[in-house]
Amino acid sequence: MIDVTLESVSKRFARAGDTAAVDDVDIRIAAGEFFTLLGPSGCGKTTTLRMVAGFYFPTSGRIRFGDEDVTHRPPNKRDTGMVFQNYALFPHMTVAQNVAYGLKIRKVGRAESKRRVEEALGQVHLAGYGDRRIDQLSGGQQQRVALARALVIRPRTLLLDEPLSNLDAKLREETRVEIRRIQKESGTTAIYVTHDQAEAMAMSDRIAVMESGRVQQIGAPQEIYHRPANAFVARFIGRSNVLSLPVAAAGPQTVTVALPGGDQLTVAAPAEHGLAENGTALVSVRPEHIGLTSATEAGALSGRVSELEFTGMSTNLLVDVAGEPVQVTAIDVPAGLAVGDQVGLRLPGERMWVVRP
Amino acid sequence: MSTIPATPNAATVPPVTEDPRPPRARRSRRLAGGANSRWFPYLLVFPLALILFGYVVQPMFATFAESVGVDGLANYTVFFTGDGVARSSLVTSLVISAASVVLCGIVGVAMAFLLKRFSFPGRRLIEAIILVPAALPPLIGAISFQLLYSETGILPRGLQHLFGTESPVLPFTGIAGVLVVHTFTMYPFFYLATSAALVGMDPSVEEAAYNLGAGRVRVWRTVLLPMLTPALVSASLLVFMTSLASYTAPLLFGVDQTMTMQIYINRTNGDLPMASTYASVLGVVSVLFLLGMRWYEGRRSYRSQSKGVASHRRELTNPFGRWLALLASLVGVVVLLAPVGTIALVAFSLDGSWTTEVVPSAYTMQNFVTIFTDPEAYRPIVNSLQISLIATVGCVVVGVLVAYAVRRLDFRGRGLLDVAVMLAWALPGTVVAINLISAFSTGNAFSLGQVLIGTFWIMPLAYFVRFLPLVFRSSSATLAQLDPSLEEAARNLGASWWRAFGTVTLRLMLPGVLAGALLAFVHGVGEFVASVLIYTSETAPISVEINNRMYSFEVGTAAAYGMLQIVLIFVVMVVSGRLESGPKASREAAQWTA
Repeated sequence: MIDVTLESVSKRFARAGDTAAVDDVDIRIAAGEFFTLLGPSGCGKTTTLRMVAGFYFPTSGRIRFGDEDVTHRPPNKRDTGMVFQNYALFPHMTVAQNVAYGLKIRKVGRAESKRRVEEALGQVHLAGYGDRRIDQLSGGQQQRVALARALVIRPRTLLLDEPLSNLDAKLREETRVEIRRIQKESGTTAIYVTHDQAEAMAMSDRIAVMESGRVQQIGAPQEIYHRPANAFVARFIGRSNVLSLPVAAAGPQTVTVALPGGDQLTVAAPAEHGLAENGTALVSVRPEHIGLTSATEAGALSGRVSELEFTGMSTNLLVDVAGEPVQVTAIDVPAGLAVGDQVGLRLPGERMWVVRP
Repeated sequence: MSTIPATPNAATVPPVTEDPRPPRARRSRRLAGGANSRWFPYLLVFPLALILFGYVVQPMFATFAESVGVDGLANYTVFFTGDGVARSSLVTSLVISAASVVLCGIVGVAMAFLLKRFSFPGRRLIEAIILVPAALPPLIGAISFQLLYSETGILPRGLQHLFGTESPVLPFTGIAGVLVVHTFTMYPFFYLATSAALVGMDPSVEEAAYNLGAGRVRVWRTVLLPMLTPALVSASLLVFMTSLASYTAPLLFGVDQTMTMQIYINRTNGDLPMASTYASVLGVVSVLFLLGMRWYEGRRSYRSQSKGVASHRRELTNPFGRWLALLASLVGVVVLLAPVGTIALVAFSLDGSWTTEVVPSAYTMQNFVTIFTDPEAYRPIVNSLQISLIATVGCVVVGVLVAYAVRRLDFRGRGLLDVAVMLAWALPGTVVAINLISAFSTGNAFSLGQVLIGTFWIMPLAYFVRFLPLVFRSSSATLAQLDPSLEEAARNLGASWWRAFGTVTLRLMLPGVLAGALLAFVHGVGEFVASVLIYTSETAPISVEINNRMYSFEVGTAAAYGMLQIVLIFVVMVVSGRLESGPKASREAAQWTA
């Protein structure tokens, strides 16, 4: 268990021109933490993980494990345990031989190695599977062998590169609970890469949201969800309406904005939001936080329902407010509501948040 | 409310489920392989580059130097002026190659359509033996066609007997004979490319055309042919190159005025500068074709990725058609197996007993006894095995490492290394031999100052240059199937580069490497084209001995050697067929790491 630090790490690939795959990334991961790199395809999250593993060396910046500088250390000298997206199990070895591979390299004695392999397989609920060939296992089982193989060497950090992306939906949810349990039990620092925000929310102590090679925000899941740093994070995490509204007044931690109907609303804002009167603020509001009411209610925005989608648990609406679509998710919808009806929207000032562009 | 920016209607946007790595990240995964440091790849690549330069590239320059050494460019002007032998040889070679492309194209494409699109009695049998004529070693293959179809061949003489005519009926001589050999031995290029394209093609594309109202002819013209174009173009280039390099067919059918024959004739007449000139010209043409092919292959191919309905065969239902098809299949089987059958038959004939008869009249086992017991006669067998073995070991060591370097490492000049190997493949055997003669008839840094011509070592060296691409290609193909993350996983678990390479990458490459090595070995045992220019009486391999026996009318003994080569080839084909479908582990590795 060890803390991992990335200090202004950048990576440029020789043939990709000037654009950086990873651009000036600063991350401090505490010992024992479950830390997730989250972002869309090509955001640099996998490249970042591979620099921690030693498969790429940063173009600039430093990577430290504890006090040790490992920036240019080859991958086999880093003592990390990596779970690959496609598992990368050795097809010419049995399950037990796969798990024992790292122990063999560390010259662990035969008896000790056997014991640790069994223990690791037990930990992932594969006790008794040691003699199986890899191709006799299901995808989920292969995934757990990969996890056992990475954990058995007692790595200083566990690196997981989209380990669940090849599993079906149900298995994915089961396995993420398992991974989290095993990580907690072993107390290993874990760095997890995913593009699935629900997965990231459910598993992580903290999340770094990345886009275009840059870190957009680092924080606990709740913080990222409720206090997104910018419009990208607001839209990428869950669903969000990002409204741009004229600023009526600006305080140190709040901004008062003017609503289309003429009413004003005071919304929490990050410190140093840099907004002033007569400017325009971007305000994020989650569809499920918007209240649905009658069109005539005072203080509510009125709009016309332009799309209606019943999903079982809730209903998704697209409401046309003065020509602009606003997403609303409601549990209770008045019976008989149909496309074309006028509705009122209640904006929850206390749950809205000013985001940077 | 014009200030609200439109948010995408996320409710209807499906969540991102895939994360295809950006291309640049995928490309640079090569670096991951063994880069302990920036210069690691160069450490591995330098000796390889040196070997390829020393034995493939540098000899080519030596040949050019030889060709201009005495008379300057005068040797080249004969190609462009006058109507001497040089010019007509070049033209004849090009014409033969072009005709071969057309003939092979017609036969190969027709065969592919018949076998892949129709179901009829006898189809499976034909499919099983369709590659037999092409698998024969070049010399014995050409000899078998000579024994079958030339003026003194079995078929024309048989027809002569049957019809009681004055002279043999329908004999193939000269260029026509060469074209028969080329068609039989090279149509597989078209057959294989077309069948692969047909099998890989998504049948629903064709069905879509029918569904939209296109007729059979229109579907052919607007859908099938355009989709087959890449396969047809690359097959054409291959046949053209192979025909250009063909040496045994013109030799046996007496077509002296081709490039390869002129190289041989000038060399045996002692005019090395002129032989080098021909070799340089032929080399340049071949390299141009190689570059053309690489350029073309870099373009789009229409292999579809979808896994829809499997392509279907049309069943022949008309009973008359079925009988006709069966009959045609039987004729096809006879034609395909006739060359091997002929060699087998002749191998048991008494030397000197076959003069004007349709088939030999007297039979004996003596030929086989001779080649295995007479020390003079089994010397070539030992030579061939020895030379091929040494060359194969070299091919494996260099071929595997070059394949690894080209596929997995990132270094400057990666493309050059790749081209150097493919150069060895593109150069005709005759040219390879002349290159080595030019480079190593005097001492040279790459021969450690030794003269290699006239020694044993020039033979394995020539085989090494010729067959390195075979091992390289099969290794490289296996490597392409292996996910780089397997090696990365080993490295992550603490293995050094060498250990990861040995315990994971090389281990999983093994079936491909072995298949390539067997192929190189078997080609070595059948090698004739380069050997005939560089052998000495002590180092003569089997094929050269076959040629010499043919010249002294010991046809039976020659055929017995030929049978030995053929048996060896079929054993190897079966073994490598096993390898391909073989060790489960690697097959599955390919399956789920692809």
